[in-house]
Amino acid sequence: MSSDSKVEPAEKSEDPKTSTETKNPPPKPSPPKPAPKSEPELPAFEKSIADRIVEKFGDKTSISSIKTDRVGIKVERDKIHEVAEFARDVLKFDHADSVAGVDYPQDKEIEVVYHLSSYTEPSLSRQILELATRAQREEDPIPGQDATRLPSLRDIFYSVEFHEREVFEMLGVYFEGHPDNRRLLLPEDWADLPPLRKDFRNKGR
Amino acid sequence: MSSPTLPPGLAIQKADERIMTLNVGPQHPGSGHMRIIVQIDGDYIVACDPDPGYVNRGEEKMAEYRNYVLNVPHLERPVIHDSCNILYPYVLASEELLGLEIPERAKYIRVIASELNRCVYTQYWLAIYGIFLGHSTMFMWPAGDRELLIDLLEKMTGARVTHSYFIPGGIRNDLPANFEDVCLRQVNYFEKRIKEYADVFYDNPILISRTEKTGILTRENAIKLGTTGSVLRASGVDYDVRKKEPYDVYDELDFETNVLKTGDSYARSRIPWLDMMESCRIIRDALQKMPKSGSVRVKLKPNPKGELGSVYKRIESGRGALGCYIVSDKKTEPYRVKLSVPSFRNLIALPHLLIGEKLGNMPSVYWSLNYWPVEADR
Repeated sequence: MSSDSKVEPAEKSEDPKTSTETKNPPPKPSPPKPAPKSEPELPAFEKSIADRIVEKFGDKTSISSIKTDRVGIKVERDKIHEVAEFARDVLKFDHADSVAGVDYPQDKEIEVVYHLSSYTEPSLSRQILELATRAQREEDPIPGQDATRLPSLRDIFYSVEFHEREVFEMLGVYFEGHPDNRRLLLPEDWADLPPLRKDFRNKGR
Repeated sequence: MSSPTLPPGLAIQKADERIMTLNVGPQHPGSGHMRIIVQIDGDYIVACDPDPGYVNRGEEKMAEYRNYVLNVPHLERPVIHDSCNILYPYVLASEELLGLEIPERAKYIRVIASELNRCVYTQYWLAIYGIFLGHSTMFMWPAGDRELLIDLLEKMTGARVTHSYFIPGGIRNDLPANFEDVCLRQVNYFEKRIKEYADVFYDNPILISRTEKTGILTRENAIKLGTTGSVLRASGVDYDVRKKEPYDVYDELDFETNVLKTGDSYARSRIPWLDMMESCRIIRDALQKMPKSGSVRVKLKPNPKGELGSVYKRIESGRGALGCYIVSDKKTEPYRVKLSVPSFRNLIALPHLLIGEKLGNMPSVYWSLNYWPVEADR
């Protein structure tokens, strides 16, 4: 307990400092930052996958994390389609395990993370490639009609169809080029904020 | 599809003289609420639009308000009779974030609990499959034999179905005295019982004629649609997370994965049954290799904080690969928890299987997807 309470004030004093500093310069992508702790013992195969992507697409992509069997890549939103195409055609990832949306109100962005995996390529059977991209976030969202948009990957990975529909209704990210942008889980008459955004609060919490 | 004047989610459809639209559901057909909108031309299905969401509980949102340990009991609710398996990836992911090293004995006990739970789930699924096909013996037998394993799990965990047994750091409590002998006896009897299902169900010409060559999913489509678990392995893809990316002690245990090539409803209904026999084999092997004593969990600090970053873990549940993605921002609660559940991933295959099928085959095709509505909705 005592060690916990020591960490707490240090964190609190740091937070306002960084927020005042980064008011004017472009906001830092704060929460999921790479943990460069295990730098010397990076797994070689995972690093080679990450390097091939970064080599091909240059500064439009960056490595967010490399762990055993997991490669995390951050991609600019205008390149996500090409990177996904590269992952399918050259790296041989063939389906999406999961598509997760994460809301970052402090950055005014919503991140969409594609977890790609492969059934057909034996060397990739353990691997998960995380492609993360960010969409602009509106304070008063009108889902489907505001600037919160990303290109859909449905034409590359057919398996993301329902996942992207879920991200659309739960976070309000409209996927351009998706053939069927209807609601899936929410009721048709839902008129509140997209429920997985951070400013939608559960009652009593 | 939706016109610009309508809010998103609503669409106008024209009536047709030939094509009839049918709402199947969302009554409770024994498995949770789920609606399938089918369009039929005579007896044949020409369009199908699955409509889940009637049992959406917002588990992922709820997980953002509770700390890593308090999330355990509510996250197992989507599939209560496979509760150990739905908690498994969450627990593995939070252990990585909290930096916990699990005792060896706890890993074996987890594997045993997870395999017992897989059988309990599959028995329930099989019982409902019997109901869907009008085969009431196949409801009675699995529902009865399931009790053998539920008794075992009750001895282990104290609860019949909602176990909350896996927690970050290991398992909640050690096995009761003399558990190994009881478990071995029950599992051996259980295996003998499920082998008898072949006579009454799997070799039954009525079942074969109703399920063979219906709802065929080709290997290419199974991969393209990203299906998982029994649906994938019935279509000839040998992919099981327990083999391909072994977690806990699965790499030390002796078992095989079952693959069938036909990709029809019969193959999809046979795979879970074959898997149960492998589960019995895993349980026997794990009981033998398990350390006979030792601690079963590491002590957590009060209100532990996850380290900065994100983790994606996956396991093989009774229905397929189950993934959990946790983003942590160094707080006591996770920043975001995403469950990637096999039912939701397999749902996309339903229109592909049903189009061109007879309406009468719909229940058998739908239930052969090993689909659990509550899990898909979370």
